[in-house]
Amino acid sequence: MALWKPDPTFYASPREAVKAPPETLAYVAAFDRKAAQPDAIAVLDVDPGSDSYGSVVGWTELPNTGDELHHFGWNACSSALCPYAPHPHVERRYLIVPGLRSSRVYVLDTKDDPKKPGIVKTIEPEELAERAGYSRPHTVHCGPEGLYLTALGGADGDGPGGIALLDHTSFEVLGRWEVDRGPQYLAYDAWWHIAHDVLISSEWGTPSMVEDGVVGELLLGREYGHALHFWDLRKRTHVQKVDLGDEHQMVLELRPAHDPTKLYGFAGVVVNVEDLSASVWLWHRDGDAWAARKVISIPAEPADPEALPPVIRPFGAVPPLVTDINLSVDDTWLYVSCWGTGELKRYDVSDPFHPVEAGSVRIGGIVNRTPHPAAPDLPLAGGPQMVEVSRDGRRVYVTNSLYGAWDDQFYPDGVGAWMAKLDSAPDGFTFDERFFPHGDDFRGLRPHQVRLQGGDASSDSYCYP
Amino acid sequence: MDDGSLAALVALGAFHGLNPGMGWLFAVARGLQERSRARLLQSLPAIAAGHAASVGVVAVLVALTRSVTTTRVIAVAGGAVLVGFGLWRLLSRRHFRWVGMRLSLWQLACWSFLMSSAHGAGLMLLPVLTGMPAPEGHDHGLHGGGAALSAGIFVTGVHTLAMFAVAGAVAVAVYEFLGLTVLRRAWLNLDQIWALALITAGGVTLVTA
Repeated sequence: MALWKPDPTFYASPREAVKAPPETLAYVAAFDRKAAQPDAIAVLDVDPGSDSYGSVVGWTELPNTGDELHHFGWNACSSALCPYAPHPHVERRYLIVPGLRSSRVYVLDTKDDPKKPGIVKTIEPEELAERAGYSRPHTVHCGPEGLYLTALGGADGDGPGGIALLDHTSFEVLGRWEVDRGPQYLAYDAWWHIAHDVLISSEWGTPSMVEDGVVGELLLGREYGHALHFWDLRKRTHVQKVDLGDEHQMVLELRPAHDPTKLYGFAGVVVNVEDLSASVWLWHRDGDAWAARKVISIPAEPADPEALPPVIRPFGAVPPLVTDINLSVDDTWLYVSCWGTGELKRYDVSDPFHPVEAGSVRIGGIVNRTPHPAAPDLPLAGGPQMVEVSRDGRRVYVTNSLYGAWDDQFYPDGVGAWMAKLDSAPDGFTFDERFFPHGDDFRGLRPHQVRLQGGDASSDSYCYP
Repeated sequence: MDDGSLAALVALGAFHGLNPGMGWLFAVARGLQERSRARLLQSLPAIAAGHAASVGVVAVLVALTRSVTTTRVIAVAGGAVLVGFGLWRLLSRRHFRWVGMRLSLWQLACWSFLMSSAHGAGLMLLPVLTGMPAPEGHDHGLHGGGAALSAGIFVTGVHTLAMFAVAGAVAVAVYEFLGLTVLRRAWLNLDQIWALALITAGGVTLVTA
């Protein structure tokens, strides 16, 4: 049933969204690498005033095994206020949860019992394949004429990946989004400058390139994705490819400015095969075209080869492996996860062309195994990976697993499971020592993406400045 | 046309103008995007033109049909269509889809035409249209056609003027003083009210037929 007033979690502008009340629950995708027990959405209490703060207070197990939950998103968000087709009386209540390995997509209803969302619909892989021609669904965004679901693979296994469109209300697969996909073959993330009718997409690899772990020959052969693509969001056609250079392998997360008058954004690149560094790129307008420039470069850290897993032993250094980045709703702070070295960096990006490092914390890491301050005697595997920022920008949540097969390569003795929270203020960026769910709290599953109740920095887009 | 019909016409125009989905919100967005009140003001005539075209089609069609058949037939048929359309709007969860923000003024007028048509803005005027005195000499079509046409244009003009005035006032007020926070507090689900208005309009038309 439609609401009489707009959903209170919708905000017309990012300026209003930063005034949103603090979240009280966080949803975390958790998966079983062995595919022996079902994957689940874990629900965490993030209300500091609550007795169960920092612990898993709810758990929705899925009916199958081997889905490999990864990213997920809301059925509706602030884009429902956009003026061309306003429909703000829908509710933000369903989580669209793809299984990256099974290609199955679950729809969970968080309304009746927010701590134990119920499964209300399952989209089988066959439906996604037949109607859209895709598999390995990844990113979900609530978009102008439906839900956008990026996919790494084509219907019968490998590429090209792309974007499937799902109906807003029935969640049925409407079809393939692209009318003309141009030269893009490798797929990963997509988001947009919604007020400019521009969509941006990035490149990782096809299922055969990623599902059994990173393939050394492909990486050294520079065959993983290394470009950004720009699209006409209205016409659904490819407009421009911006190649970052083939040494920059794996262009992953895309974080466009939330301010709809701005036309820039940040993209993270996992590794430079020439020196194992990682980088963050800024895309921007240059005259009549799109351009991208490297604005952050993070070097590899030399290490004793004996301390390194076989995949990187020959190099004698730990690559930072920037595998997620996130931009605060006010477009001021950029958080960069260095999953290899075990560091979460914060940059002041008020001037997006010249980011200034403004804080860093260490946790986990291939060599360092830095413990959490709440458990100083417990060395941690994995590193800061998925990073999510609250709408007001004051709280930052991280989890430690990247992707099943890749966890096993870089942390062969076990990646473990942990989640941490940081308090982010202009003059400080520190761990919240009261918040450290880990180990058995996750019942043997590995935590990945975090979504905050009511929305977060990577869930909503705004049509008004 | 009597005072009651005129008042109804103006009131419906104001109601349509008030609905964010009919265009004032788009005008505000366009103004905010460029931080330009001029851009907001330029958008309003295009939106009104699209609305007028949508309403005009219905008004002229009804007026022309009345010149060749009895008002009663139109009222019953039109009333039934209205009630049906209103029920569909009420029960359907579909919403109008348009995926662009960067529109020329011409595209904006087309958007407004489609938006108004999809929401049955013109249909809502049916009780007013069928309640007006029948055009003179509807036995011989040609004369009647001319009179009907001017009646249709008059109705469209009055209605659109009211719509334009209200939409413009709201757009400027939100842009200049209220800010978008008002959306969160005051944006009632007009789709529901709108659907009920359609059903009511159909009911009135049927009852008075």
